[in-house]
Amino acid sequence: MDPTLFLTQILVPALWQGLIVTVELVALTAPFGLLLGIGIALGRQYGGKGLSSACAGYIIFFKGCPLILLLFMLYFGLPSIGITLPAFTAAVLGFILCNAAYNSEYIRGAILSIKDGQITAAQALGMTRWQTIESIVLPQAIRRAVPGLSNEFIYLIKYSSLAYMITVIELSGEAKIVATKYFMYSEAFLAVGIVYLALVTLTTYAVHLLEKKTAIPGMSQ
Amino acid sequence: MASEYILRVENLHKKFGEREVLHGISFNVRKGDTKVFIGPSGTGKSTLLRCINQLTVPDSGQVWLDDDEITGCGQKISTFRQRIGMVFQNFNLFDHLTALQNVEIAPIKVLKMKPAEAGKKAMEELCRVGMQDWADHYPAELSGGQAQRVSIARALAMDPEVILFDEPTSALDPELTREVLEVMKELARGGMTMLVVTHEMGFARSVATEVIFMEGGEIVEQGPPGEILANPKHMRTREFIGKISDQ
Amino acid sequence: MNIFQILIEWGPYLLGGAAITLGLVASALAIGFIFGLPLALGQVYGSAPIRAIIAAYVWFFRGLPILVLLFLFYFGIFPVIGIDLPAFFVGALVLGMRGAAYQSQIFRGAIQSIPQGQMTAALSLGMTPWMAIKSIILPQSLRLSLPGWSNEYPEILTDSAVCYAIGVVELLTRTSQVVSQTYMTMPVYMAAAVMFILLNYAGMWLIQRVEQKIAIPGFGIKAV
Ligand SMILES: Nc1ncnc2c1ncn2[C@@H]1O[C@H](COP(=O)(O)OP(=O)(O)O)[C@@H](O)[C@H]1O
Ligand SMILES: [Mg+2]
Repeated sequence: MDPTLFLTQILVPALWQGLIVTVELVALTAPFGLLLGIGIALGRQYGGKGLSSACAGYIIFFKGCPLILLLFMLYFGLPSIGITLPAFTAAVLGFILCNAAYNSEYIRGAILSIKDGQITAAQALGMTRWQTIESIVLPQAIRRAVPGLSNEFIYLIKYSSLAYMITVIELSGEAKIVATKYFMYSEAFLAVGIVYLALVTLTTYAVHLLEKKTAIPGMSQ
Repeated sequence: MASEYILRVENLHKKFGEREVLHGISFNVRKGDTKVFIGPSGTGKSTLLRCINQLTVPDSGQVWLDDDEITGCGQKISTFRQRIGMVFQNFNLFDHLTALQNVEIAPIKVLKMKPAEAGKKAMEELCRVGMQDWADHYPAELSGGQAQRVSIARALAMDPEVILFDEPTSALDPELTREVLEVMKELARGGMTMLVVTHEMGFARSVATEVIFMEGGEIVEQGPPGEILANPKHMRTREFIGKISDQ
Repeated sequence: MNIFQILIEWGPYLLGGAAITLGLVASALAIGFIFGLPLALGQVYGSAPIRAIIAAYVWFFRGLPILVLLFLFYFGIFPVIGIDLPAFFVGALVLGMRGAAYQSQIFRGAIQSIPQGQMTAALSLGMTPWMAIKSIILPQSLRLSLPGWSNEYPEILTDSAVCYAIGVVELLTRTSQVVSQTYMTMPVYMAAAVMFILLNYAGMWLIQRVEQKIAIPGFGIKAV
């Protein structure tokens, strides 16, 4: 097949389709992954004994279990106990669970790095425990966690490719299909690699800008 | 022919970018001399010492050790550095090695001495600086004065012909400064050739064979300590000495 | 059949899979180390073109999903250039080459965190630059790099499961085989997850032991 034709008629449209799915996966996962991550971090740090150990267990399990195995459980495993999820939903759910586990570790690390004096000062002003957490601890912690969180976001972009393993045809899935059909493996995978590189590089750059924008003088590390 | 000088520095120039920080420095050092360099900070004293062992490469000028030219010697530079010791303001002890290992590593690696022999030599040098009881301690476990004494022992273990001291006591409080200066005085008495950048006027007065006042990348004035410290000829020298004696 | 019977019958098979996974991870870590260290040295001490080439390598391998890298090399590049390797070796190589990119950044950070004075002092004693790197800079920076390995190991471990996609018969592949033989889906998946988690802990424990073993008082507290 003519290379130009292959590129313009086959590869680019396929990757475009895939890109849309990848972006959907990431966009649906990220906010919930962050929220759940904050919840887990707070539960781990400030929860009672039971909640705290439950959160610790959550982190151990979802950080230790390979994401691809988690997706298999959600998509191939859950039906055996009567829960059947569409592939896309299973993928997003798996990504959220996993992403939250990693995010929570960054947020907890940031919470731990906040100086005692900040909390003492808030309490001296008469803030309740929750007020202190919500208006003093979290805003500082999340800012400090931004480098880690954005790193996880970039990981999420790359790991969204695993959705293909449970039949969600996103970027790498499209590439695989085209590659197999036209026997153009190197071309298709290099092309999709470039798309991922572009996504990752643009995101890194955007995150960098965001970090600069949200920086507070003297508070960076 | 053997020169009467062990170290000769001729017309050294060094620029960093556009700024020239050494404008033609020359002096000679006899065996056993202790030359003390004084002068405001930013004047190029450290740069001068670093140009001597080529840690900084001068733009022009020559440095001679005995009859051998150091400048422009290429790969051979490490053989000259073996013969010139250096002691730094912030010690630069190797943080992953004990005091003893710090002292023996260069004899082992550079001089290919047998470890047992190097160990013995290192222990002798540690004794010389009064640090034998700390041989197995790591740098982080030593006070500043102790660390500096170990770093002097490290330089001594190479049996250098000259030792360069770049403000060896500036990072130390007075108590610790004294213990380091004692060691240096002992070395001077023992006939070691030393180039010392320091603001310790007491040390200069009692030990220096010559004091060199530098400012703005030039030698302004040099002479015996009695002369330079008691009645300097140049206005700038007088001002500087006035300032540091006030402290 | 209940889950206990299945685990008794298939447990050894799964454990064998865990052993293969461990071999895959160990090979990948070793390859990553062997290539990562020179890459780091090149990036710190190399000339401008060398630094640029290494930076491009790191950018490429860190920017692509592991799944795409595996597909690219297994179906694309290796066959094209005539390398015909069993899937296991392709998996180890790809994980290793990507690991080299990550590890080189760990080492680079560690090398660059060593104060300039260490090199200066080594040179002033007459060491050659290479001697100074070998006996002063590397012993320190490798120690500082160990904490970084506690991120690298679990990542490679969990990513090794993706090698399933190119047909490496490791723990996940064997797990899927057992699932399709026994129809005990969830329990078997769970057993595999527990094995991965235990492997994770075992490795982290080992890294910590090594860290304690080579710890030096007061050194490395400012770890990278
Ligand atoms: N590596 C370098 N690059 C650029 N400028 C330097 C460098 N080293 C020293 N300088 C500059 O050269 C001048 C002399 O420095 P230095 O020799 O350290 O002075 P002193 O030791 O007398 O305080 C200073 O202005 C310093 O900023
Ligand atoms: Mg100086």
